[in-house]
Amino acid sequence: MYRSLFSRDLFAELDRLQREIQQSFEYSPSIRGFGRGTFPALNVGGTPQSVELYAFAPGLEPSSIEVNLDRGVLTIAGERKPGLPGPDEKAAVHINERFAGRFRRVVTLPDDIDPNAVSAAYRDGVLHVSIKRLESAQPRRIAIQ
Amino acid sequence: MSETTPITKDAPGLRSDAALLPPVDVIEDATGITLVADLPGVPKDKLALQVEADTLTIEGEVGLAMPRGMESTHAEVSVPRYRRVFTLSKELDTGKVAAELVNGVLRLRIPKAEHAQPRRIEVQVA
Repeated sequence: MYRSLFSRDLFAELDRLQREIQQSFEYSPSIRGFGRGTFPALNVGGTPQSVELYAFAPGLEPSSIEVNLDRGVLTIAGERKPGLPGPDEKAAVHINERFAGRFRRVVTLPDDIDPNAVSAAYRDGVLHVSIKRLESAQPRRIAIQ
Repeated sequence: MSETTPITKDAPGLRSDAALLPPVDVIEDATGITLVADLPGVPKDKLALQVEADTLTIEGEVGLAMPRGMESTHAEVSVPRYRRVFTLSKELDTGKVAAELVNGVLRLRIPKAEHAQPRRIEVQVA
């Protein structure tokens, strides 16, 4: 495999530098570390009835993604195979930016979720995990006697 | 000669400025170039590929099914759009570009024109 003049390492270094700069601006990071710039990117949102999590993880086998919920901590893990040609193939890699390897992302969920009502779906390279909130945590109108 | 070869139909409403730069791999072998791009969340009908003269444009819009009334609390993908432009070189045959989109990964194959493929040149010994 032929590599371009500037190896991936230089860009990885620049990546790391950029991340560090970004981190120094981050006001109060979570105890489980800085999430930005890692794979997969996460978007989290909520409705009064549920917590919705979107992991942008393209190119995976749906069956190979591990989604675990343990005491309010949601973990998404898996592996993405490198799609680059082997060293003995006659091919030149000009750009290599896509993530390859094992990944793991951890999210602390709010207290009012129901650990038994979790659903996950993988579509167009996005893993969507939906966690219902507990019935008892739903807002209720209280009747006046 | 400039030539426009839309590979898929243009998705409407892609003319907006802010867009994310999707990560790509570009691999060249003897017969052509393979471009792989990560476009998570882009369905087939929201992907627009265009070759115009020697410019390749990849555009895609994220179409996520979100529950009604969802409030975002944390967003790493803040712009629901991807765009990336490449300049192609002359020896590539833009009329024969093949594209497939599987699980949010776009794979483009741009073959080299027949005359540009490597040939072994016989050395004549006098």
